[in-house]
Amino acid sequence: MIYKNNFHAETQLKLSPFFERTSKLNESQEWRRWSGYLSATNYELSHENEYFAIRTKAALLDISPLYKYIIEGPDTQKYLHRLVTRNINICKIGQVMYTPWCDEDGKVIDDGTVQRLSENTFRITSAEPNLEWLQYNAMGLNLKIKDDSKNTAALALQGPNSRKILNTVAKDSLDQLKFFWMINTNIKDCPVSISRTGYTGDLGYEIWIDPKDALTVWDILLEKGKSYGITPTGLHALDISRIEAGLILLDVDYISSRHAIIESRKSSPYELGLGWAVKMNKKNFIGKKALEKELARGPEWEFIGIEIEWDQLEKLYREAGLAPGLPSTAWRTSTPLYYNNQQVGYATSGAWSPILKKYIALGHLKSNFAMNGTILDFEVKIEHFRKLTKAKVVKTPFFDPKRKRSCPK
Amino acid sequence: MSKINKYDAIVIGGGHNGLTAAAYLARAGKEVLVLERRHVLGGAAVTEEIFPGFKFSVCSYVVSLMKANVMRELMLPHFGLELLPLESTFTPLENDYLMRTADADQTYREIARHSTRDAETYMRFGPRMGQIGMAVRPILETIAPNAIRPSLSDLSNLKNLLNHVKNLSSEQFEYLTKLMTMSSADFLDEWFEFEPLKATMSASGIIGTFMGPRSPGSAYVMLHHYMGDIDGAFRAWGFQRGGTGGVSMAIARSAEHFGATIMTESSVEKVIVKNGKSVGVALENGDEYKSDMVISGLDPKLSFLKLLEEKDLPSDFVQSIKNFRIRGSSGKVNLALDGLPNFTCLPGEGHHLRGAISISPSYDHLEKAYDDAKYGNFSKKPFMDIILPSMLDPEMAPPGKHVMSCFVQYAPYNLKGGWNDSKREAFGDAVVNTLAHYAPNIKDLILHRQVLTPADLESTFGLTEGNIFHGELTIQQLFSLRPAVKWADYTTPIKNYFQCGSGTHPGGGITGSPGEMAAKKILGILK
Repeated sequence: MIYKNNFHAETQLKLSPFFERTSKLNESQEWRRWSGYLSATNYELSHENEYFAIRTKAALLDISPLYKYIIEGPDTQKYLHRLVTRNINICKIGQVMYTPWCDEDGKVIDDGTVQRLSENTFRITSAEPNLEWLQYNAMGLNLKIKDDSKNTAALALQGPNSRKILNTVAKDSLDQLKFFWMINTNIKDCPVSISRTGYTGDLGYEIWIDPKDALTVWDILLEKGKSYGITPTGLHALDISRIEAGLILLDVDYISSRHAIIESRKSSPYELGLGWAVKMNKKNFIGKKALEKELARGPEWEFIGIEIEWDQLEKLYREAGLAPGLPSTAWRTSTPLYYNNQQVGYATSGAWSPILKKYIALGHLKSNFAMNGTILDFEVKIEHFRKLTKAKVVKTPFFDPKRKRSCPK
Repeated sequence: MSKINKYDAIVIGGGHNGLTAAAYLARAGKEVLVLERRHVLGGAAVTEEIFPGFKFSVCSYVVSLMKANVMRELMLPHFGLELLPLESTFTPLENDYLMRTADADQTYREIARHSTRDAETYMRFGPRMGQIGMAVRPILETIAPNAIRPSLSDLSNLKNLLNHVKNLSSEQFEYLTKLMTMSSADFLDEWFEFEPLKATMSASGIIGTFMGPRSPGSAYVMLHHYMGDIDGAFRAWGFQRGGTGGVSMAIARSAEHFGATIMTESSVEKVIVKNGKSVGVALENGDEYKSDMVISGLDPKLSFLKLLEEKDLPSDFVQSIKNFRIRGSSGKVNLALDGLPNFTCLPGEGHHLRGAISISPSYDHLEKAYDDAKYGNFSKKPFMDIILPSMLDPEMAPPGKHVMSCFVQYAPYNLKGGWNDSKREAFGDAVVNTLAHYAPNIKDLILHRQVLTPADLESTFGLTEGNIFHGELTIQQLFSLRPAVKWADYTTPIKNYFQCGSGTHPGGGITGSPGEMAAKKILGILK
């Protein structure tokens, strides 16, 4: 018997508009879930070449799974200015701002970019769905909020050669586009917007595309980018580079205050190293009162970078008869940090940095211990046994090349 | 001419070891001057734009043995050290090929296509060699003791080493002994059966050495190549972004950061010796610089027989240095290409062009190539270790174009009738023809060809007889015997004159180790 099935729930993982290409290129067939999408973990059997594409060539990442919202209407600027912690009143057309947004208690809900597309149109990107929160705060305002997640395909082109490649395919030159600005242009007759943004801490761009043009843009990028070393790149490589860049990841380094079951799981922007993005001179924004108080008494936690020192780690491994075991991919397991045998924090993600030749991690530390240069003990497991090895508090980003912000002369 | 002419230390030669020593000395607060003969730094670890738009790692072309603590202590990543992974080795054969990659399962299947037994053995072999490499590391990291008249610190070093050797498992001891004495072919025969696999693996036992895979002693050279690690992974090879010169430049920037002065186009003529003590150097242009100590990064022949007068040295020492084997066996062919080579056995563009390409189909191929050299000819069908740097770093060549680096063996320094322009070109032709056998389109792609014979390596880069290791890595000239007995701890018979080149322990390759250990010896950090 044949059923006629009228059940339309989205039972399957979503496929990005680039899946037609990425699925064929993914030699490893390793995929991760990202916001309900199938997203390549690495295209090749190992992610190494993809990592180095980000740092020395050009890496092409499908970032379509990002949540994207278009907010449009006369009240949009006022609305966003109140919603996020950055000063949206000074955000010019074509400018992009990275910002967290908080609840009334000053705890971070999510972080992402706000792009000013026109006087009254903005795009906001986020890691998790935020539609409810966005709508809840828009009540009574003259604006429309549209979940644009499926209507905009997005690619990230990251790495030192990314500008050269875009200059060969885009109608307009990218030479004058400054860090955190965007332009509208065409790639092979397809209208796109290109923002000089990314999640790698390197020179890089994100391209916002109508899904119907997705494959055309992908194909021309791969074709013209070939001689510049363009490399389809997955999430393993991205994860290492974002740690090197000291960029936080929701649900890994912090939990959205909207989902935290207990108070201690929530973090304020100050506790996530985002104090610079909180503009206290703004008249009002969601969470301001709570953050004022926190600022006055000082945040309880700080988000810090640590370097796991080599000599002791090597010694511990040698005692076990092994060469130092370094993580080949980034890890995301909470790992205790001690000071004088007392746990004073925890690392949330870490990786061996192939470019810095350092074992680095990001973590939360009680503020009294978060001074740069403080020597902590970091827990490692060597041959099933827990050991402590020295780690130093350092400032982030760990890796910050000039090319990230510079323009050609 | 430099403003001051009195330094705490003068380093002769701006190769990577000289620069490393200079950086360590400057880091310790010494006033250091580095004098380099050429217009570029790096010695044999140098990148040059020989043909417009094409950057060649002219001599040395891959990095594996660079010591992790040197990278850290000199902050080399901060100064531009960027090692890209070289993930595979591809051996083209007649109508078939052998491919080994970074992925264990893929490599297993690929070897199993030829021999299941080998595929399984291979999985055990790598980790074993890694363990042996680790077991040898402490030896490499110890200042070679004076075996004839050991000092107190020598005795304590020896005791530590003996303790270390006692702690080796019997299996490690067995392999270590075998590796020290056997030929790479014999050693590999104990493990594997598929000829191209064995031949390709044995090739690392002949690199830079005037030996064939069947020559006893070649197994040690193989081990030497196994001791490299990148990010803790043994036997990993990397390519420096921008070419090998980038490694030297990173060290040079580090040295300058710590306050060293570096002068190029400053050729040292003589080390000035007064009363058995070195007091400075004299340049070819007549300039003189005074210094409390002089450190030579040159090979032992140049350091002692050229920069010094024989009369200043003990005659037995002079004899040892004269006997020091430094026979050049290799040449280098660098090609600027209009496109990518297309291998008949594996056509098209793929991962195989992103790793090493080894022309080593059989022991016989290698041994016959060696036979040619034994009798004073270059190999008609040479062994080659090839990489396409532009596949890893597109900036090495203009968009769409490529550079190809071919390390070629054998090319004897003492060629019958001597090297000249037509012999050089004939050697270049032999290389291209051998390559064209596997990738016929190569001939149409060549935009420029740079051929370096051992004679060129000597005249341009100051490598005596063109030997890339400043002396062969054979057991009779390693450790306490490198370069000469009693003088293996970076000191020399001349007071305040030291050596820090690859001709000292632990030997050649881009390791930074001789430079580091010499500096630490001088500074009293290592004893």
